[in-house]
Amino acid sequence: MIQSPAIKIFLNEVGELSRFTGRFFNQCFKPRYEFKEFIRQCFVIGYRSLPLVALTAFILGLVLTMQLRPSMVDYGVESQIPVIVGIAIIREIGPVITALIFAGKIGSSIGAELGSMKVTEQIDAMEVSGTNPFKYLAVTRIIAATVMLPVLVILGNAISLYGSYLGVNMQSTTSFSLFWTQVFDSLSFSDVVPSFVKSFFFGFAVGIIGCYKGYNSNKGTEGVGHSANSAVVVSSVMIFIIDLLAVQVTQALGLN
Amino acid sequence: MIADIKQGAVKENIFSDEKILVIKHLYKAFGNYQVLIDFNLEVSKGESVVVLGKSGSGKSVLIKCIIGLLKPDSGTIEMLGENIGDLDNEELDKIRAKAGFLFQSNALYDSMTVRENLEFPLRRHWIEVSQNEIDLMVTEALEDVGLVHTIDMMPAALSGGMRKRIALARTLILKPDIILYDEPTTGLDPMTGKEIIDLMMGIKKKYNTTSLIISHDMNCVKHAGDRVVILLEGRCYADGTYEALKQHPDLKVKQFFE
Ligand SMILES: Nc1ncnc2c1ncn2[C@@H]1O[C@H](COP(=O)(O)OP(=O)(O)OP(=O)(O)O)[C@@H](O)[C@H]1O
Ligand SMILES: [Mg+2]
Repeated sequence: MIQSPAIKIFLNEVGELSRFTGRFFNQCFKPRYEFKEFIRQCFVIGYRSLPLVALTAFILGLVLTMQLRPSMVDYGVESQIPVIVGIAIIREIGPVITALIFAGKIGSSIGAELGSMKVTEQIDAMEVSGTNPFKYLAVTRIIAATVMLPVLVILGNAISLYGSYLGVNMQSTTSFSLFWTQVFDSLSFSDVVPSFVKSFFFGFAVGIIGCYKGYNSNKGTEGVGHSANSAVVVSSVMIFIIDLLAVQVTQALGLN
Repeated sequence: MIADIKQGAVKENIFSDEKILVIKHLYKAFGNYQVLIDFNLEVSKGESVVVLGKSGSGKSVLIKCIIGLLKPDSGTIEMLGENIGDLDNEELDKIRAKAGFLFQSNALYDSMTVRENLEFPLRRHWIEVSQNEIDLMVTEALEDVGLVHTIDMMPAALSGGMRKRIALARTLILKPDIILYDEPTTGLDPMTGKEIIDLMMGIKKKYNTTSLIISHDMNCVKHAGDRVVILLEGRCYADGTYEALKQHPDLKVKQFFE
């Protein structure tokens, strides 16, 4: 039936990942709830990625503003820079860039951590110690990634806009409050909510793919490295796919 | 085919009749690859049985079936009076709290200190203990393996032999009735291996635990076991004392002792 082995592997992988996702939903509502571990994971995940997210977001806002300026000046709409930058960052660039950074930082570390726990039998050891390792390790990380990414996106967006404010001020002057008024006045419900909602999906994708890759890691250090690597690659691609779907959905819902 | 050769097994039985572990007709395959074909074994209370087998013969698979990490395709495993296959998760956890498992790779949690590693099974098994009692139990287990000073260290900072001993302490902490050892001396130098064997024997004496030891290290087989079982071709190929098996006429048994 299916000729190409690559397609076979791909479909097989998709099937396994769907099964893993099903297992997640099956397990996450059943007690015992690993609340303490979940809080710890939120802290670890947020804390680990915040510096990187903040730095990139800041540079992004600053550079975007500086790059836009010449064209805006040409068209004589220099004063509209905050509006354009605000919309670009809030609607698209902020969530996607933050999610990609998150995938690189958190996706890979989840993949490597669970992968090495798997190959050194630590996951089995948890199971014989009265713990459901899927809940304790995977469910907590997946939910933590899902709730922490939107938080990081909001922080990242704010920092980007601050970077943009500095960018504007490098060649002309605007007051802090004027800048923010301009940004917020131009934003509507349909700019903010869809992008906020989609960052939950981004976070979920990073969490579930990292855990899936780690859980199915092959023996040996090479296997662990491969899990970490493919966790990043697959979740990055997944982020763009979700982004594409999200824009279709918002359009269909008339939110554009 | 050669049937089970039970030579030497009828040595005067110094152990009680109470069976801690009874395995009947265990069968386990991965795809087309049959690992365990018809494995039978009984272990009495207080006894130390060594399962001897070549690398890849399915020793780890056997011990993982016993503790319920792998599901056998057919056959029954009865441990501490319960049929492992019939238990739900909660009941399985209760049995696991009474059965220690020493992993081949130690399986110490890298992200936790030695203390947290030892506390983990205590906290997770729904056991009602105060922090004070936990501290005492952790200290006692570390004293048993002679490594109290490592309590706040990370596993990565310890040597191979020390890691093995910490793993043993973690296994011991719940005072199990039976300990399953998966190759306790593999990967250690002979001297360190000897120390681990001595520790295992000391533990057996102190807590009167039953042990099932999986190994291909002859030193371990010789010193740690009351009885030796040879796992070959997915079966219990031979069963007897070390001395009896050493004199065994079958060439396949003999090759283990060369
Ligand atoms: N989860 C699994 N899926 C597929 N095959 C497996 C699995 N676990 C074990 N096997 C196969 O079963 C066989 C026995 O493995 P096992 O780990 O029990 O060997 P062992 O006797 O413990 O060897 P060693 O002394 O190297 O630890 C091996 O050939 C292995 O490839
Ligand atoms: Mg093994």
